[in-house]
Amino acid sequence: MITLTVNGQPRQIEAEADTPLLWVLRDELGLTGTRFGCGVAACGACTVHVDGVPMRACSLPVEALAGASVTTIEGLPASAGLAPEALHPVQQAWIDLQVPQCGYCQSGMIMAAAALLQANPKPSDPEIDAAITNLCRCGTYPRVRTAIRRLGGAA
Amino acid sequence: MKRRTFLLGAAAIGTGGLVLGYRAWSDRFEAQAAQLTAGDGGKLIAGWVRIGSDDSVTVYVPHIDMGQGTATALAMMLAEELDADWSKVRPERAPGEKAFANRFLAEGWILQGLKVPRFLDGAVDVGFAEAARFVNLQITGGSTAVRFTGQVGMRIVGAAARSMLVEAAAKRWGVSAAELATADSVVTHAKSGRAARYGELAAAAAELSVPSSPPLKARETYRIIGTSPARFDIPAKVKGAPLYAIDLRLPEMRYAAVMSAPVHGGALQSLDPAPAQAVKGVEQVVKFPHGIGVIARNWWQAQKGLAALKPVFSDGGNGNVSSASLAATQESALGAADGKSMVKLGDAEAALQQPGARIVEATYHVPFLHHAAMEPINATAQVKDGRLTVWGGEQDALGAKMKLVQLSGFAADKVTLHPLPVGGSFGRRVTVTTRHLEQVVELAKAASPNPVQMIWSREEDFAQGTYRPQVASRIRAALGPDGKPTAWSQSFVETPGINEAIGLPYPIPNQSIRAVPVPVHVTQGSWRSVAHTQHGFYTETFIDELAQAAGRDPFEYRRDLLPAGSRQRRVLEIAAEKAGWGKPLPEGRGLGIALVESFGTVVAQVIEASQGRNGVPVVQRVVAAVDCGDVCHPDTATQQVEGAIVMGLGAAIAERITIENGAVRQRNFPDYPISTMASTPPVIEVHFVPSDGAWGGLGEPGMPPVAPALANALFAATGRRARSLPLKLAAAA
Repeated sequence: MITLTVNGQPRQIEAEADTPLLWVLRDELGLTGTRFGCGVAACGACTVHVDGVPMRACSLPVEALAGASVTTIEGLPASAGLAPEALHPVQQAWIDLQVPQCGYCQSGMIMAAAALLQANPKPSDPEIDAAITNLCRCGTYPRVRTAIRRLGGAA
Repeated sequence: MKRRTFLLGAAAIGTGGLVLGYRAWSDRFEAQAAQLTAGDGGKLIAGWVRIGSDDSVTVYVPHIDMGQGTATALAMMLAEELDADWSKVRPERAPGEKAFANRFLAEGWILQGLKVPRFLDGAVDVGFAEAARFVNLQITGGSTAVRFTGQVGMRIVGAAARSMLVEAAAKRWGVSAAELATADSVVTHAKSGRAARYGELAAAAAELSVPSSPPLKARETYRIIGTSPARFDIPAKVKGAPLYAIDLRLPEMRYAAVMSAPVHGGALQSLDPAPAQAVKGVEQVVKFPHGIGVIARNWWQAQKGLAALKPVFSDGGNGNVSSASLAATQESALGAADGKSMVKLGDAEAALQQPGARIVEATYHVPFLHHAAMEPINATAQVKDGRLTVWGGEQDALGAKMKLVQLSGFAADKVTLHPLPVGGSFGRRVTVTTRHLEQVVELAKAASPNPVQMIWSREEDFAQGTYRPQVASRIRAALGPDGKPTAWSQSFVETPGINEAIGLPYPIPNQSIRAVPVPVHVTQGSWRSVAHTQHGFYTETFIDELAQAAGRDPFEYRRDLLPAGSRQRRVLEIAAEKAGWGKPLPEGRGLGIALVESFGTVVAQVIEASQGRNGVPVVQRVVAAVDCGDVCHPDTATQQVEGAIVMGLGAAIAERITIENGAVRQRNFPDYPISTMASTPPVIEVHFVPSDGAWGGLGEPGMPPVAPALANALFAATGRRARSLPLKLAAAA
């Protein structure tokens, strides 16, 4: 049995070793905020943080994660030292700028943005382009960019 | 839109509140509605609004939210007329039952004298418009929510409720209703300084008769419409809360993966289930006439089981069809057939034969397009104790429920559909095909009494789409001595259902527009803005070619063709002005313009673009001018147009579904590049041009001008004219 830490809690995983983390999160642990979009790491809807690094859970076999610490959208505020029911600054910026439309990709978008800002607090536009490769069919990119710029201190 | 008198119904609810709505058209549905919403034991009549004794205002919304902010906008329209305190207002999704049928959607078309639009085809009988004036509809599509449900439904209900609350206060205080004022859910009498909250008056108001045509507010007195309050749906979306059908988790739930014949219309011929049954966690292999499903303890196991199978499918005789063969068939059909006459004005053929007439001719092609909504098709169902319960994101909740009744063989009162928000749709979740419902009903029967959640892999989602059709059009025009067109003769490949996009914004004296049928086995559906995507491209690229042939500036040429004082001309002029049309551009760049009216909204766009390396166009700037009448929620309205532009650019530049050996070739996003953060232009400006025109839709109209404006910009930049989409391939050719 594989053990990993999910949102600060150690979890024993029953799923077979080759099961992608995405399905462990969704079907075994009931953490449905991490979304299935493509299954081939192309769309980013399943972006989570693995030891602080943004990764696409649909293409990560859980066996490769033994002992790792995984943060999902549900655990994002706590991972930043906030109360679990609080909003992470990225989530607050998303509300302030009314970013989501259908909202399905936004968990992954927020996780990617939070990881970018953690690693690079003032990203340039080309750096945003390079880091935020998540797909959004509703076309929220202009607002995602504005929100990240604002979090990076731009007016 | 002409005003009509509607029958309104009101009722008291148990806790002393008021419920008001349009009276359902039969007592049975009223009783059902009451049962469905009477959470506190109160009564409810086909309610659209419920005012609680605690001042709470609940607005029942008969549309699903696919990301357009519909619930917030509709609640605003009702609250405006009610003079409600916005902080007390909450929208709630009306259950997918006939009691909440949205007859205003049907009336919206009938009042405007329009035909049933394309996206309704799968939902209603052909004779719908004539036969079923008050058909039960609960459909989201055709950009209808605000312009029909909101304009015709929500505002009148809000105004009627307000007028009843005022009358209740007048009676209580023994004063004339004319002396009373309302604001923020309070009725006040200035002379005596008396005031009463709506919650205090609601029970008395419910006893009064309902005014059938309450006065509506003048635009100058709006306090809520035209502001942009925070949308109700967003906090849950940023927290990753379980919202969508795919997030549903039920005790003992099983998961299923499915596969259908890759060539549409094909059937399952043979299957050895053993390899799937050997996969850990797999519980059942289910055969459908057209495909297979695997049920397992989690979805990954189900998908692994499915992948282990080697089903044999027939191709329905279409195994030799390709995109190229279809394009060739369409080309010859456009050349040979006369087609069905759709528009006939004057004598276009005679004008084309006039000696000295200058003839311009072009043929345009557009590819199949996939919706590629981020939430793959999925549904959850349970057969237990003689009942079928289904949870899913359906644009047409009532149509889907009717279909479930047919498919399951259960009586209508044994079937429940819980409509849930959708992670994007763009036309995919209308009932053009109900394949996913057929599958989930069979899977639920197999898994009974356990519930089963069926999820299509992204590959299946691509393979079994309801695509924007691959079609073509040929246009010939004659130019007079002044360079203006004297005749327009067009044939286009017909698409299933009714085409709302035929017709030119330019008053050309001789017109002949014909539809040519070319059958294809590939499932076709409604893709954001339906036929306007292709017709906008045909018309607005060709008019640009006419300007070129006439040696005229493409903006001025269009402007001079449009009637002075028309909405179209004003919108075109504002787009050009805001974009700085005519000012010098950096080397290698060009400006293109296009104008398309769709769903009651006129949109003009100017795009600045250049031809990038590798034949991929690069867009620097998009400037849109939009006349949709009034704007309910400017921030959401802007966002809808921005989103349509982003999606439209991706489609215009690189999206294309191709058919090979009868089947869809593209498997997943890497084969089907949609817009990304990096490809989205740094500047997208949306300018609303308010007018007294009827309220138009906003979810779709931002889309159709994108492809022609970009194609025209690339022509301006390079001198090469693209006549097929996507432009990435056209440029490389």
